[in-house]
Amino acid sequence: MKRYLPYIIAGLLALLPLAGLSSYVMHILILVIMWAVIGMAWNLLSGYCGQVSFGHAAFFGTGAYTAGMLYSKLGISGWWGIPLSVIVVSVFALVIGYICLRLRGPFFALATLSMGVILRITAENMVDFTGGDLGIMIRERSWVEKTWYYYIILAIAVGTFLAVKQVMESKLGYYFVAIREDQDAAESLGINTTLYKTIALVLSAVLTGFAGAFYTNYMGYIDPKVVFALHDISIVTIMVVMVGGVATYWGPGVGAIIMVLLAEVIRSIPTLGTAHQTFFGILLIVIIIFLPNGIVGDFAKLKRMLGMAKT
Amino acid sequence: MPFLEIKNVSRFFGGLAAIKSVSFEINKGEILGLIGPNGAGKTTLFNVVNGFYHPSRGEVSFRTERISGLKPHQICRRGIARTFQVVKPLQRMSVLDNVVASAFLRAKDRAEALGIANDVLDFTGLADDRDVLSKGLPLGKRKRLEIARALATRPELLLLDESFAGLNPAELDASIGIVRKIREQGITIMIIEHHMKVIMAISDRIVVLNYGEKIAEGAPLEIRNNPQVVEAYLGEAQSA
Repeated sequence: MKRYLPYIIAGLLALLPLAGLSSYVMHILILVIMWAVIGMAWNLLSGYCGQVSFGHAAFFGTGAYTAGMLYSKLGISGWWGIPLSVIVVSVFALVIGYICLRLRGPFFALATLSMGVILRITAENMVDFTGGDLGIMIRERSWVEKTWYYYIILAIAVGTFLAVKQVMESKLGYYFVAIREDQDAAESLGINTTLYKTIALVLSAVLTGFAGAFYTNYMGYIDPKVVFALHDISIVTIMVVMVGGVATYWGPGVGAIIMVLLAEVIRSIPTLGTAHQTFFGILLIVIIIFLPNGIVGDFAKLKRMLGMAKT
Repeated sequence: MPFLEIKNVSRFFGGLAAIKSVSFEINKGEILGLIGPNGAGKTTLFNVVNGFYHPSRGEVSFRTERISGLKPHQICRRGIARTFQVVKPLQRMSVLDNVVASAFLRAKDRAEALGIANDVLDFTGLADDRDVLSKGLPLGKRKRLEIARALATRPELLLLDESFAGLNPAELDASIGIVRKIREQGITIMIIEHHMKVIMAISDRIVVLNYGEKIAEGAPLEIRNNPQVVEAYLGEAQSA
């Protein structure tokens, strides 16, 4: 049963649009699945391999701009950005990895954080190339209906899930976790830690880039402040996985549901304004104190706390 | 041709010489004991052989090939594995997964890695603990897990850094038995140990370091009666 769970859930999700959901509900579902993809991608590098990135907006934004600039500069469909982003994002990831992966722990986290910010500022200022703060607008939308967008992001999510699972059950997965647990021990056991950290980074970046390229096509508009955002992308990515469960297969999905719904609910309170960030902060503190492994990772503990455990 | 040759190796930390121009050789199939007081440079020497440190001067060769300057993972691939004095288990992995992770060095796929890992766990007597998270293991077994993990990389030379420290008598006997069995498989061993009874019993030859310098080298009996070693390390009571 457990083996088929991913396929059952994918099947159910594929049937959802037939239920005649409203455009708003479809939009929320699309966002949830997109965040699940970003979360799963981040989880690969930071959850399993232990290299905590505070700069995944760099890869999301690169993917988004690959799609956007294919349209704005070459006049071809932004959807080509999804395959092309593999190359572009890999190149960026290799450069960022070359700089950041020689650092460990918090130093790596700070370096990636700065990479996200550097790319944002670069995109803002290279006006001739990226369009600067004006951003990129895709005028011809592919579909008015959300259904096809939903199926495309669902396909990306299923692919990402299976790819992560495949990786984690192979030699790569063992090596990633070994590096997370003790880099010196891993190195002395014959694991080329630099190489495998780079592989984790590139895989994670490419999967994040898919979500970015999808975002451009779906939203029809991007600008540097949105797609290279520190708190709205990089930090939310971390929260999605922390809330859902670090280094678990289902954690990013669960975290994405909670974070997207929470953002919608909080946004609907008109008097709150930008104070909604406070709620995320409080949520993160509560999660770290009571459920350090996230909802999926500490599910047994959560059930106990809610008094639902069968003695 | 020596199996492992350490030639005029020095290692400086700032102005401090942790190892000063140390030279010795290890022959294939022997157990070489490395002893000396705390801070004599024993672990530093391991780190130089293993590739964590590069020698400031001199060189290390393994089977005709110069290995100083290579990275630890490259040296491990060439057949030198080590354990750590302060054990470094992969904490949130099971005992089996710890060993599988290192078995992948020589295995083509997961099935083969699992096979190697299970063999090694049987060999080191950890088979019953295979599903335990390694952070939950008692010290004695963690020390043995270090050995198991090193063995799973199929080494030809095994560096054991105080694998017997802090063990109770029963665990000690088990570990000595394992080291002997490892040697019977044709694996050469260099071992750092403070437990004199153990080191005298299992070593073929012993090298003594003091303040980073080699002060003696020879069979256990010669070392026990070497006045310099007695003064620097063993003390009068031991020699009596």
